[in-house]
Amino acid sequence: MQDDAIISISHLSKVYPSGFTALNDISLTIKRGEIFALLGPNGAGKTTLISILCGLVNPGPGELKVDGLDVIRDYRAVRKMIGLVPQEIAISMFETVWATVKLTRGLYGKKPDDVYLEKLLRSLSLWDKKNNKLMTLSGGMKRRVLIAKALSHQPKVLFLDEPTAGVDVELRRDMWQMIRELKDDGVTIILTTHYIEEAEDMADRVGVINKGRIVLVEEKAELMKKLGKRELVLELPSPLSNLPATIQIDGLDLSPDGNKLTYTYDTRSDYGEIGRVMRTLYEHGIEFRDLHTSQSSLEDIFVSLVSGNDATDATPGDAK
Amino acid sequence: MNIQAIKAIYGFEIHRTLRTWKQSIVSPVLSTSLYFIVFGSAIGSRMMDIDGVSYAAFIVPGLILLTILVESINNAAFGIYMPRFTGTIYEILAAPISAFEIVIAYVGAAATKSVVLGLIILLTARFFVDFSIVYPLWMLAFLVLISVTFCLFGFILGVWADGFERLQIVPMMVVMPLTFLGGSFYSISMLPGIWQTVALFNPVVYLVNGFRWSFYGVSDVNAAFSLSMIFLFMLVCLGVIWWIFKTGYKIKV
Ligand SMILES: Nc1ncnc2c1ncn2[C@@H]1O[C@H](COP(=O)(O)OP(=O)(O)OP(=O)(O)O)[C@@H](O)[C@H]1O
Ligand SMILES: [Mg+2]
Repeated sequence: MQDDAIISISHLSKVYPSGFTALNDISLTIKRGEIFALLGPNGAGKTTLISILCGLVNPGPGELKVDGLDVIRDYRAVRKMIGLVPQEIAISMFETVWATVKLTRGLYGKKPDDVYLEKLLRSLSLWDKKNNKLMTLSGGMKRRVLIAKALSHQPKVLFLDEPTAGVDVELRRDMWQMIRELKDDGVTIILTTHYIEEAEDMADRVGVINKGRIVLVEEKAELMKKLGKRELVLELPSPLSNLPATIQIDGLDLSPDGNKLTYTYDTRSDYGEIGRVMRTLYEHGIEFRDLHTSQSSLEDIFVSLVSGNDATDATPGDAK
Repeated sequence: MNIQAIKAIYGFEIHRTLRTWKQSIVSPVLSTSLYFIVFGSAIGSRMMDIDGVSYAAFIVPGLILLTILVESINNAAFGIYMPRFTGTIYEILAAPISAFEIVIAYVGAAATKSVVLGLIILLTARFFVDFSIVYPLWMLAFLVLISVTFCLFGFILGVWADGFERLQIVPMMVVMPLTFLGGSFYSISMLPGIWQTVALFNPVVYLVNGFRWSFYGVSDVNAAFSLSMIFLFMLVCLGVIWWIFKTGYKIKV
């Protein structure tokens, strides 16, 4: 049984009728119950991939399974499991919040359940707007309506295509809180975002897509460990003109003004390194008045991945 | 069969009609009534009977049909065009519904509206014109069949149209003229020689005559043949819709 995988994509490609190749031999497995962040620059193919899984775009060659079921052949069972918050806000402006949420629940073949819908709208702070026409809501509220619609039929898998675009900080925090709760309830969440700190905060695993190819898939913690750089900065009480030649340590640099020493090291390397640096400095009589360390963010990792070398020679992400 | 989904779309569409009842119900009823007053009561009193039916009564089925055709097409076309235009069609495409269910829901809602509208106009006509219906059940059958068929046609139009202009052009430029020329206001037998034959190529002639037959038992063409023509057109529309969903034409890339 496919106990672990909720979505498995193998060798999926997509060429739009215009002749543009939006997805190029994608293989990816999403694990049951995880939060998976799909990162990539504009036009990378994130929305295309999600749209194919949700039935909005015809798939090209390749195999697509959700919970072991074929996306085309068993479309009914598959789609019942899926909720989608699309990137673009598309709603019937003249309808009320309540009517539109009820419509979506109906579309998924679920019996009306006003108690659940009330709870849902309350949790998204939309309850007092339930009789408002959608055109009278603010942009952030409209996005919340989309989320309410996506959750109206209690899906097992939730796709969030840039859910926090145009959403204020407080609301974003609430939204993430809600997503965590969904995860606790066993919902698998796949999200795209351009706010990398979100992926860093939330995701269990991160996938990077660029020019229609999956460039990397990694446990977030693993990724940070593997590609993350740490930096130790030592502030000196008085400027140093240059480092004594007897100090031979890779990654140790003196700032141009001579006030700071920076030591850059891989998080992979063993922590004894720092001790060695400190000891060496001590032996040379170099004092410091303050020190701090910092760690590179997913954003740095991401930028180095997509901007640097060609996508093809990066490690192909294959998570089992 | 996802009955809940059909109910949801159907209810949503009916609600849309009720929300805009002035424009979608009152306005067609009013404009058709004007025809009854002008052509029926005012001019009709100076016209001869046709096939033993007073002129005012003679034009009632044709006028109802004219409204039904235009309204069916417009309403069904808008029903599917708007979600395409605003992007809300994503929900329909992502939902666990088959193409068949989508069509039943959209076309069913539009056809319901057409039938109700037809009946309201029929009642209104009774205020201005004296007439009776020989075969009421056949009348209802024709009304339903014609409504469904032209709602299917409207659905196709709504999928095909890339702008509001195209949406308007078919009902205005094709259906209206064909209906006017299709014997709504006269009997084909009143046309001079060759034009009688030409008229038989106008499909609306069969609709008008079949429908009128159910009212008065008289017709320029055989009623059974009318019925077959309507069925044929319906099958063609169903075929096109089947193809649309199979290929994803204009709704999926
Ligand atoms: N219907 C279409 N026909 C042709 N090309 C398309 C179509 N839809 C998308 N594309 C192209 O496919 C590529 C991927 O688009 P997609 O929307 O998947 O990107 P994305 O990763 O979601 O980007 P963003 O971060 O901007 O949302 C883009 O180059 C886009 O122009
Ligand atoms: Mg996108």
